Amino acid sequence: MTILRRLLGYAYRYRLYTVLAYICLLAGIILGLAQPIIFQQVIDRGLGSIGPDGQRGDLPFLFQMAMLLLVVNVTISLLNFGMSYLNEFVSQRVAYDLRNDLYDHLQRLSFAYHNRAKTGELMSRVTSDVDSARIFTGQGVLQTVNTIVVYVAIMGLMLALHWQLALLSLITMPFIGYAAVTYGTRVRPMFSRMQRQWAQLTAVLQENITGVRVVKAFAREQYESEKFATENQVYLERNIAATRLQALIYPLMIFISAIGTIMILWFGGLEVMRGNLTLGTLLAFNSYLQRLAQPTRQLGVIISWVSRAVASGERLFEILDAKSPVLDRPGVSPMPPIEGRVVFENVSFAYTIPAVPGAGAALQPKPDRLTETGFASERGAKGGRHDDDKSSDKKRRELFGDTPSGIGETVLHDISLAAEPGQVVALLGHTGSGKTTLVNLIPRFYDATAGSVRVDGHDVREVQLHSLRRQIGLVMQESLLFSATIAENIAFGRPEVSLDAIERAARAAQAWEFILELPEGLDTKVGERGVTLSGGQRQRVAIARALLMDPRILILDDATASVDMRTEFQIQQALQELMKGRTTFVIAQRLTTVRNADQILVLEHGRIVQRGIHNSLVTEEGPYREIYDLQLRDQEEVMAQMPQRAR
Amino acid sequence: MTATATRPASSDAPPGRAKPRDPEEDEALGKAYDPRIVSRTWEYVKPFRARMALATVLMIVIACANLAGPYLIKVALDYAIPNEDTGLLLLTVVAFFVTALITWLGTYGQTYIMSWVGQSVLFSMRRQLFTHLQRLSFSFYDNMEAGRIMSRMTGDVNALNEFLTSGVVAIASDFFVLVGIVVLMFTLNWRLAAITMLVLPVIAIATHLYRSRSREMYREVRRQNAIVTGHLAENISGVRVVQAFAREDTNRAQFDAVNRENLKRLLKATLWSAGFGPVITFISTVATVIVIWYGGRQVLGEEMTIGSLWAFLSYVGRFFEPINDLSARYNSMQAAMAGGERVFELMDTPPAVQDRNDAYELPRIDGRVVLDNVVFEYLPDRPVLKGISLKAEPGDLVALVGHTGAGKSSIINIMLRFYDIKSGAITVDGHDISAVTTESLRRQVGLVLQEPFLFSGTVRDNIRFGKLDATDDEVIAAAKAVNLHEFIESMPFGYDTEVQERGSTLSQGQRQLLSFARALIADPRILILDEATSSVDTSTEKLIQTALEVLMRGRTSFVIAHRLSTIISANQIILLHHGEIVERGTHAELLQREGHYYNLYSMTFLNAPADDSDSVSPRLEDVPPPPIAFPASPGGRPSNRA
Repeated sequence: MTILRRLLGYAYRYRLYTVLAYICLLAGIILGLAQPIIFQQVIDRGLGSIGPDGQRGDLPFLFQMAMLLLVVNVTISLLNFGMSYLNEFVSQRVAYDLRNDLYDHLQRLSFAYHNRAKTGELMSRVTSDVDSARIFTGQGVLQTVNTIVVYVAIMGLMLALHWQLALLSLITMPFIGYAAVTYGTRVRPMFSRMQRQWAQLTAVLQENITGVRVVKAFAREQYESEKFATENQVYLERNIAATRLQALIYPLMIFISAIGTIMILWFGGLEVMRGNLTLGTLLAFNSYLQRLAQPTRQLGVIISWVSRAVASGERLFEILDAKSPVLDRPGVSPMPPIEGRVVFENVSFAYTIPAVPGAGAALQPKPDRLTETGFASERGAKGGRHDDDKSSDKKRRELFGDTPSGIGETVLHDISLAAEPGQVVALLGHTGSGKTTLVNLIPRFYDATAGSVRVDGHDVREVQLHSLRRQIGLVMQESLLFSATIAENIAFGRPEVSLDAIERAARAAQAWEFILELPEGLDTKVGERGVTLSGGQRQRVAIARALLMDPRILILDDATASVDMRTEFQIQQALQELMKGRTTFVIAQRLTTVRNADQILVLEHGRIVQRGIHNSLVTEEGPYREIYDLQLRDQEEVMAQMPQRAR
Repeated sequence: MTATATRPASSDAPPGRAKPRDPEEDEALGKAYDPRIVSRTWEYVKPFRARMALATVLMIVIACANLAGPYLIKVALDYAIPNEDTGLLLLTVVAFFVTALITWLGTYGQTYIMSWVGQSVLFSMRRQLFTHLQRLSFSFYDNMEAGRIMSRMTGDVNALNEFLTSGVVAIASDFFVLVGIVVLMFTLNWRLAAITMLVLPVIAIATHLYRSRSREMYREVRRQNAIVTGHLAENISGVRVVQAFAREDTNRAQFDAVNRENLKRLLKATLWSAGFGPVITFISTVATVIVIWYGGRQVLGEEMTIGSLWAFLSYVGRFFEPINDLSARYNSMQAAMAGGERVFELMDTPPAVQDRNDAYELPRIDGRVVLDNVVFEYLPDRPVLKGISLKAEPGDLVALVGHTGAGKSSIINIMLRFYDIKSGAITVDGHDISAVTTESLRRQVGLVLQEPFLFSGTVRDNIRFGKLDATDDEVIAAAKAVNLHEFIESMPFGYDTEVQERGSTLSQGQRQLLSFARALIADPRILILDEATSSVDTSTEKLIQTALEVLMRGRTSFVIAHRLSTIISANQIILLHHGEIVERGTHAELLQREGHYYNLYSMTFLNAPADDSDSVSPRLEDVPPPPIAFPASPGGRPSNRA
């Protein structure tokens, strides 16, 4: 209930429109009730009465009624128009607001959240869950009100017209209601099962298409076809089962309402014969009964709308209620221009485990053992939407909590370091040793669990996040570009800069050469609808993007993407340019970087186990020597081996 | 729309990719009836024609039962009630009950049969399409994005479904009902019917105009909606960059703009479609008023009975539904025809690489590979391999080196016969690869890609992909051979752990090892390897190197080499440049020669300026060391699996 109330809160902002929509609705219902009365009057008085002059019928009255019908009908349809437009207006505004809120909230949630959330799951929330929230706030509520009002009004009228007949005809209603509810509770879930199987089927297809090289290389076409056929078969069966039940129940409701008509015809007809009822009233009765059947049939749909809105609302608010642990503290001032002194003082860090969509599914056992085809088992629910899965959502929330109650393993222990302005600090260590986590604390993507991170003496938690991050440049291992032009991508952090500045950055990043070769130069679109850049090209655009920010502190994941050797060289050039005069933290991959670093920090299991410069570290026994021996030494040997001329 | 940090474009990918896709393409507009498509589709429906006939009969029965309703009421009103004929009243009531029952069961039967037929047809169409997709060769996939193939298989096939399950029968049914109503009205009172008929065309035309316009508007809405979704998806996948550059406010404003545009278009479309109601109501009320007025006078003039008038009014009220329905069908027929056209086009695309009619099974080979003056091109007259000749003895390690676009990947592609070559010959143990079945060839040639592609499913499934009938012991043996067994065992579900698409279950290095195991279990005679350059941590790197040795042992291996160790241990290094072999020999020989290889080597592994070096001449201090894998966290994400 609280969830529905919160959803309605979104509609409350547009209450004026809502009120107008409901006025239209009620007026329309009342006028709609007049219709059968008009017909009754037409038949009983216009056509059936005997006038004073002994002539049958009342022609002027007939004309009046006909005109009245025209006026009533046109008014009703105008009211309906107003109602549906206003209602749609409100619900679309709700969807619009929800999308905006979700978008903004999501982009401000911390890395910890996004590490665990799956994009697909978030997307489905913002699309289909917003949609069911929209349907609920619009059609859902409206139809509920409509049903109730229509019921009460028509029953009252029917009872007033002929109460015995009214009670008799109402007998069918519970049956229609029952069929409608069955429809909502049994048929719809079957359809959502079918939908899930459809998703499964397309997943197999998609995987096959993206993995076509592997499929062909292993000559597994036959196997893949069988795999697909299995899913295809399941889908076929589910589809037919769902359609079959639907085909049975939906016309059943029509059948039951026909029974109502039959009873009225029989008993009402007898009453007319006895003179207890006029013909017009009998027909009016029949019309009312027909009108009652419609909202009754809607009952099932309404029920499923509401239950989906509850589930969807829960998922939406789960996102909106997720608190980013990294927020500006009240009253903090902006970070002044940074010199570049970075100090870590006894910093420890543990990941908090936020409740996020789709998490916890990372490790999942296969429910049953391998079958002949290997993939035949039921996996419908995996990664899919969980319409009927409220309990597990709830359980997960109990497990992790919305607030940082779940604390993960500590990944950084008691880290202390100081980097002077302009220094290069190289971080080395195995996967999971904490290098990336350490650098992520500087732009405050996470907050340290203990200790403090200070930039120029300011604790990063005591300055405005925005002003801090704008002065820190970041080049990540995977260079993510957005579907926009190259220029827009380079100017990502400073959309207002001139083309000149963009060009300068691109040149410095060794990207200018290839940009010129693109069909539209800087205005070339990249991304799905545009050209595909190679890994090396993307990396250089990302470097240009960081350069343009002219950050005082630079964080570099010094990775070698899958690029050819020449590109690698150019990237190196660009990185050197980027690092010039900035305090640089580099997750080091290359010997030169390591050798030229002012400080080398070797991390192991979240602790700094060695620090110093290359020349001294290489002589010590320890992890640095190990890494050096395993990989860096090769590089040294190559150098030594090369004929003198090359050097 | 999604962020672009997916896979880097393969180094010498065939040209002509990633052309901006026309968003209009998949929107259906055009003919609502295309005899070619209909007759092609009929081929699929034919096996079910008895059922189709039954469904059609049911449809006619239902329509008759439906139309009988108002007539029965008329009988009750005109004959039974005024004459106090209880027997007749009972008879009409029973008849009414029977028609209702027929309608219910008939609708059930008809819907069930039609959806059964439709779904069965779709089932076989999808299966056939999928099987066909498996046969299509790489040149097809180069020019067709995954998304488009997906939409052929899903959207277009489903559009045909409309035509099958609801289309044909429903159209016939609507026509039948319309004709039935008209006939009944004329039978009841031809003059009144004639007058009412004046309104009918107006309803039909208005309905059709309204529908076409609103469909256009909703198409715009959908397009804008796709933009909204794309924007959102990109922002979620790029959230780290967004936060790093503190771009939240700008993005919010941008999103609000597209979101607002979406709202605007939607409301415009709503305004239009909601306006439809009053117009139709007005027209049909005019018809009703005519009937009441004109019919009423006839009733008073004793030219017509009240029951007839009532039945007449009921029929007028039922007029609109089939018209509206038909208009909707018209649109879905358009979609079906356009969809069908694309589906059949896909089905008719011949695979570029096909087994010859006289293709034979390649017997078990030793692994002697000879390329004889091979010329190959992706696009006509733009050869990417210009007369390549090389020879590898069983067990040889051949390293392919060269710049981007030199033709390394192309050599791999043609050796597996992903593409057919233009001229020259590739033989394996003396068998021309175009003379043997591709299946038997590829079974003996293993491929390990730079970025391992794993399928969703368990670890076991993924290893077994290399050899479907492998026993559990064989799977374990393969995992052990590539040093992956211990890790797999350490996971909570061991070999039954699900591999996630881009999931965090396995690290980059582990995924690579898994792809090694997959190749190993297939036990190919020839191994083709695109060495990964992405960085893994030291210990994994060590594991990978030993696993590589195991994998290559005793097989002829072709490697696009990035590791120095691989290059140095190669029996032959082939240096490619613009599709030609410019140098070949062992590492020592080639260094001695101080030619192209020497230059490439010195530039990449030492970055010292070579003679013909480009404008940049770095000092030694600036020179980047070799791109040898070195500790890093995989995937560019903060490693939080402590």
